[in-house]
Amino acid sequence: MVWDWKYALDILPGLLEVAPVTILATLGAFAVALILGLGLAFARRSTNRLLSGVTHAVVEFIRSTPPFVQLFFLFFVMPQFGVTMSALMTGILGLGIHYSTFLSEVYRAGIDSVEKGQWEAATALNFTPRQKWMRIILPQAIRPIIPVMGNYLITLFKETPMLLGITVVEMLSQAQIIGSQSFRYTEPVTLVGIFFLVLSYGASLLVKRLEIRLNVHR
Amino acid sequence: MKNLLSGAVPTIQLTLLGAALAFLLSFLGGFGRLSRFTAVRGVSGFIVEFFRGTSLLVQLFWLFYVLPFMGIRLESGMVGLLALGFNYGAYGSEVVRSAILSVPQGQHEAGISLNMTSLQRMRYIILPQAFRTMIPSFGNLLIELLKGTALVSLVTIPEMTFEALAMRTNDAQYTLEIFGWLLVIYFAISYPLTMLMRWTERRFSLGRL
Repeated sequence: MVWDWKYALDILPGLLEVAPVTILATLGAFAVALILGLGLAFARRSTNRLLSGVTHAVVEFIRSTPPFVQLFFLFFVMPQFGVTMSALMTGILGLGIHYSTFLSEVYRAGIDSVEKGQWEAATALNFTPRQKWMRIILPQAIRPIIPVMGNYLITLFKETPMLLGITVVEMLSQAQIIGSQSFRYTEPVTLVGIFFLVLSYGASLLVKRLEIRLNVHR
Repeated sequence: MKNLLSGAVPTIQLTLLGAALAFLLSFLGGFGRLSRFTAVRGVSGFIVEFFRGTSLLVQLFWLFYVLPFMGIRLESGMVGLLALGFNYGAYGSEVVRSAILSVPQGQHEAGISLNMTSLQRMRYIILPQAFRTMIPSFGNLLIELLKGTALVSLVTIPEMTFEALAMRTNDAQYTLEIFGWLLVIYFAISYPLTMLMRWTERRFSLGRL
């Protein structure tokens, strides 16, 4: 086992060059998941039995199958129907859809945790459904689930290396490319591991602090 | 479809063996983090955070590309098994730890007052109660592990996803069918597992509030 510091320092800029791709993929997919997840949570709550049933089935299916395969499905199948987008966009969409199913459950738990009296108060004050959701229910539903969302963001971040399967050049893929040029994989792959460890562990500490700040267990 | 199903065998094998390894490691890690000795707590805490913090795919690549340089050659199947087992074992150890901590303090004290040894307390009082709270989380992790097996196709293990990718290079016109069926087969494996877990959960909650 040889660890060459000079080589490690030499390749570091090349690795960090693609760090924005990893970050962009994480944030993009998370944004998709946040928005779509809320939509799914609403569809699941719908009084229309058909809509809520179909949503439930779709959510169960997406949750139970590997995101890696879903990415391939989007990447290879969409062009057959004339929809073409870049690999990175496909990745953002694929991971976003996968995690939206998890976030929809998180939203659901948040909404269910709002006390019944709050709903009744909104009705009693003659709020429109829109006002009720925007001003009473959602602000109270989202506050306690912020740390959970933070944890999903971290999970999502650690899933981004799988985008290399659909030719996105992110950190791990870049490490593989650098490694194949010199046939030295030790340093690049280890550095990528450290990158993920530092960011995800740091983020998890932040989430813990956030949990205390928000005083979730009031 | 037939070729895909033949690829399902290694997928299921990897899932079950990986789950067995992860299950074992989660108890090891969970107990380690609750140990009386600071050194044991520190070391197991570090190992758990390490495997949780670096991504599964990075770990796979590390075992696959870096270990040979250290003179350790593992079969690719072994690489997949180890990475899956350690990664999900680390997540599982948090499940074990929090479940044990969730058993009320009074139960510990009752065990002490009955003059039980710490081993007896763990075996007859704490674990049976903690195990019930662990089941749903372990169930979720099992599904996550099954989904994780798709990633090992990247280190040349011929499981289902690997077969599908190979098939696609030959018959690109059947892409929709290949990946559509692949998703359906994954679902067909994971859904019974979900059902089984729900059944186990009910089974262990019988006669309890």
